[in-house]
Amino acid sequence: MFSAEPQRAWPAEITGARNPRGGIWWDGVAAGCAWLGATLLTVGLTNVDEWDRTGEFAAIEGVLGALVFALALIPRGAGPRLQRLGPWLTVLAIVLAAWEVVTAKLAWLPPPFFAPPQALLDVYLSDWPRLGESALRSLLLLAGGYSVGAALGFLTGIALGWSRIFGYWAHPLLRFIGPLPATAWLPLAFFIFPTSGSASTFLVALATGFPVAVLTWSGVASVNSAYYDIARTLGATERFLVLRVAIPAALPHVFVGLFMGLGASFSVLVVAEMLGVKAGLGWYLQWAQGWASYPNMYAALLIMALLFSGLITLLFRARDRFLAWQKGLVRW
Amino acid sequence: MVAATPLDAVPIVARGTTLEVCGVSHHYTLRGEPLPVLDGIDFRAEPGEFVALLGPSGCGKSTLLRLVAGLDHPTQGRILANSAMIERPDPSRIVVFQAPTLYPWRNVWSNVAVGLEARGLLKSHRRRVDDALKLVGLENFAKALPHQLSGGMAQRAALARALVNEPSLLILDEPLGQLDSLTRLQMQGELVTLWQRAGFTALLVTHDVEEALFIATRVLVLSERAARIKADIRVELSYPRHRGDGRLTALRHRVLELLGLDATW
Ligand SMILES: Nc1ncnc2c1ncn2[C@@H]1O[C@H](COP(=O)(O)OP(=O)(O)OP(=O)(O)O)[C@@H](O)[C@H]1O
Ligand SMILES: [Mg+2]
Repeated sequence: MFSAEPQRAWPAEITGARNPRGGIWWDGVAAGCAWLGATLLTVGLTNVDEWDRTGEFAAIEGVLGALVFALALIPRGAGPRLQRLGPWLTVLAIVLAAWEVVTAKLAWLPPPFFAPPQALLDVYLSDWPRLGESALRSLLLLAGGYSVGAALGFLTGIALGWSRIFGYWAHPLLRFIGPLPATAWLPLAFFIFPTSGSASTFLVALATGFPVAVLTWSGVASVNSAYYDIARTLGATERFLVLRVAIPAALPHVFVGLFMGLGASFSVLVVAEMLGVKAGLGWYLQWAQGWASYPNMYAALLIMALLFSGLITLLFRARDRFLAWQKGLVRW
Repeated sequence: MVAATPLDAVPIVARGTTLEVCGVSHHYTLRGEPLPVLDGIDFRAEPGEFVALLGPSGCGKSTLLRLVAGLDHPTQGRILANSAMIERPDPSRIVVFQAPTLYPWRNVWSNVAVGLEARGLLKSHRRRVDDALKLVGLENFAKALPHQLSGGMAQRAALARALVNEPSLLILDEPLGQLDSLTRLQMQGELVTLWQRAGFTALLVTHDVEEALFIATRVLVLSERAARIKADIRVELSYPRHRGDGRLTALRHRVLELLGLDATW
């Protein structure tokens, strides 16, 4: 999706923003019906197996359905943002209902490998302290490793692009060691570092640092030389050239490096938590598998998806702020 | 559009530079082969002179300007500014490059302010930035980003970026090349007024014979690459000049003859 506008411009047939002047929000009516229908299915059909929290699940579906329905009928009840979500709300209800039917109601997808939605709800309601702590631990580890890796990678990249001597020594090292996946260091890291926490911080930093360093460096190297000529004739010092010309000009590349580094750090984080650190979402997944409690795994995966997607969104927000001057930004 | 707001809020201290180009030859290396670009260029510009360089495309005009700016060093010969060798760029010699390269991450105002900022003068001289923007008629676009400007506006912004520094030698590489013909005529007049008021020495590269004769006190006609000075023509007409002036027409004929273009005239 390439777009220069601040808002995504989906066509009106998809967004359901057909009725901008108030009145009935028809996509909302459809969504409300879908959710209420899902509620009826959940309550009306009997479960093949015993499943806790079926009632709570149905209640949530019902409340959601009623709410959307009410908003759809009240003039100006739903804002444009919600209106744009209309079709998604409908599809979500249908998918959830189908999931409910093929697991709890018909058992086509057999337990314990497949769990109905209410089983996930049960996990969230009963195991939230452990899940919450795991998410927090993952987040802290990631924040520590990522910020160290990004900062070191950025400085390395700038130095590589700017200093011949630094480049002479660091470039071969970077080329030789950089392509090793951070996970390959895992056994060594757990052996060398005193704690598994510091070992995995190191691994996350390593996974982040390499792409950030390479892209920052290539960003600095590809700066239009006229930018330097102009600054020099205007009386710029070396310091000004680095801080006010090279770095801003390289920022679009740096951002790509930060994005790639974030992806790499997710994967090394999860592996490190599974193998060494006794905390975090990766560990939770491993632990749930040990007990064959598949609903817990699905629940943890869902949280992980939300968390990581949220972090990437944050990164893109930061990019939109710092690189607002660029034309045609990719929207996340 | 181009307001006649002067930069006279700031006292003009710098007078024009004396520029001496002594036997300058230069070559680039292209795929291992030397590519001669300048061949024994020799001239002296007095303080406050306005020298135009005319010559065929690719003959080495921009190269000469880079040498004068101190961005490159000539392979042979010396260039002196006020009797001192030019060794590195200096804010007393400001270049307006052929392409109006603005920093895309800075808005127009801070692009124009960049020279003052680089020298730590911005705090005390913010007014100058505003004045320069007014001078080129961009005061309403101070907050715009470079990609939101037209080609001509970008070139005017680049001109303003040079003028805020109050250079004593202004080096212009086809600064009006991307302007439409109307704005171009207007800016030619503005340039003359500005130069007369500020008293800097100017070196202007242009493709436009009429422009050179209308603005400059002196026109150097260069040969094909490697460039030599073919003719050094003094334009001894007072300002303001009139484009229809018969003496300009005669000079124009002579210059075109030198460039080998008089057949169609
Ligand atoms: N950095 C460089 N490396 C090698 N050759 C170069 C370089 N810069 C310019 N040249 C060559 O030097 C010659 C003169 O270039 P220059 O830019 O000075 O021409 P010019 O007179 O300004 O032309 P124009 O009027 O089209 O701008 C050209 O043949 C060009 O190919
Ligand atoms: Mg040129």
